[in-house]
Amino acid sequence: MTPSPADPVDRSDDRTTAYAHPERLVSTDWLAGQIAAGATGPGRAVVVLESDEDVLLYETGHLPTALKLDWHQDLNDPLTRDYVAADQFARLMTARGVGRDTTVVVYGDKSNWWAAYALWVLSLFGHPDVRLLDGGRALWVAEGRELTRDVPDVPQAGDDAAYPLVTREDAPIRAFKDDVLAHLGKPLVDVRSPGEYSGELLHMPDYPQEGAVRGGHIPGAKSVPWARAAAEDGRFRSREELEAIYLTEQGLSPEEDVVAYCRIGERSSHTWFVLTHLLGFEHVRNYDGSWTEWGNAVRVPIEK
Amino acid sequence: MPDSLADIAADFREASPQERLQLLLEFSDELPELPERYAGHLDRLEQVHECQSPLFLLVEVGGEPGLAAGDQRVDLFFSAPPEAPTTRGFAGILREGLDGHTVTEVLGTPDDAPMSFALAEVVSPLRLRGMVAMLSRIKRQTALKSRAAEPPSAGTG
Repeated sequence: MTPSPADPVDRSDDRTTAYAHPERLVSTDWLAGQIAAGATGPGRAVVVLESDEDVLLYETGHLPTALKLDWHQDLNDPLTRDYVAADQFARLMTARGVGRDTTVVVYGDKSNWWAAYALWVLSLFGHPDVRLLDGGRALWVAEGRELTRDVPDVPQAGDDAAYPLVTREDAPIRAFKDDVLAHLGKPLVDVRSPGEYSGELLHMPDYPQEGAVRGGHIPGAKSVPWARAAAEDGRFRSREELEAIYLTEQGLSPEEDVVAYCRIGERSSHTWFVLTHLLGFEHVRNYDGSWTEWGNAVRVPIEK
Repeated sequence: MPDSLADIAADFREASPQERLQLLLEFSDELPELPERYAGHLDRLEQVHECQSPLFLLVEVGGEPGLAAGDQRVDLFFSAPPEAPTTRGFAGILREGLDGHTVTEVLGTPDDAPMSFALAEVVSPLRLRGMVAMLSRIKRQTALKSRAAEPPSAGTG
């Protein structure tokens, strides 16, 4: 049975429907069904985008009909440390055959870190229907599903199919340094590794030193490494398991304002997704300046 | 820099941005496996932490009798997982360009050689730092190992 792309929710899996916003997540089965039914690809109802840490991974083989969206090359402004503006974003989407009413499914490597980051940036532009592929690239590969090196053609978009100019709305889901200073005393989640949280490491284990001159964490932040939300197969943990971590153990509650941060905002996008879409928190912001800003800022408080 | 590396750099510079990525992918695909003596012994290699993905490398410097230290042959070995094609591509370029060259040629490779492949605009300058770090480790290992192979000289130790 081929699921209808019009159905906003992947109902093939009870685990998925238990989440607060199940329409934000699709299973590999659901996506494989859409691909087989010809519903995916540039200009179609569903556009699949791959967003990886490794910029060349897409070229080694990707999901059929998928196009690449690179966090660094595409989503970041090349000059200012910020995301692209409305016109650049519209060009990016149009070049991938995405319209405002397209269902966008994002997937990627590293348990969807960068895919979650791309989804969050699409959310800054209020793209109505953007979802993650649960389990990401690794699960698709582990299940022995098809990969291809064929890059789909993108049909020339007429003016009516072009992505509209939409002003980015940062405030609801993005926190800046001053917002975090004003937020001190309220819940903060540090999703980095324990060594980075304690200040013993200035970067991720096995990763480059990215130039933070101070180690530690933002005062009052709870340490919940992002990977705790991921199961062994790379999918998200069940709602029950996630509630046990974030609600019971950490004492967070869905109506509170929460700010999540990491090093540059990619791992915390993963946690932002978990809190917002899987657990239904109403006001979570991702502080993308994160430790590469806080650990270098003058006179901001730090706890070790 | 050695002609072989300069030729690769010229190929990259003459290619369109999309072709550059394809070229990098070819270097990634063609990076040879570790020889038997190192396979499964990553602890004998040096990890380059500046790379985003685990990359291990090792330099061997020849000990040909009668050859000056600077004329000894350098062999390069790399290991990086298939899910890190960019890192593998960088390694592939450096191997193709420097493997089999002399100590003097390897040490004479400018530290900023990775910037001459016009890759910054297609992979981002941030990611290129991994290649810069690989080259510096290669040169450091080459210098150390060629000094170790030299007969001890009087005075400086």
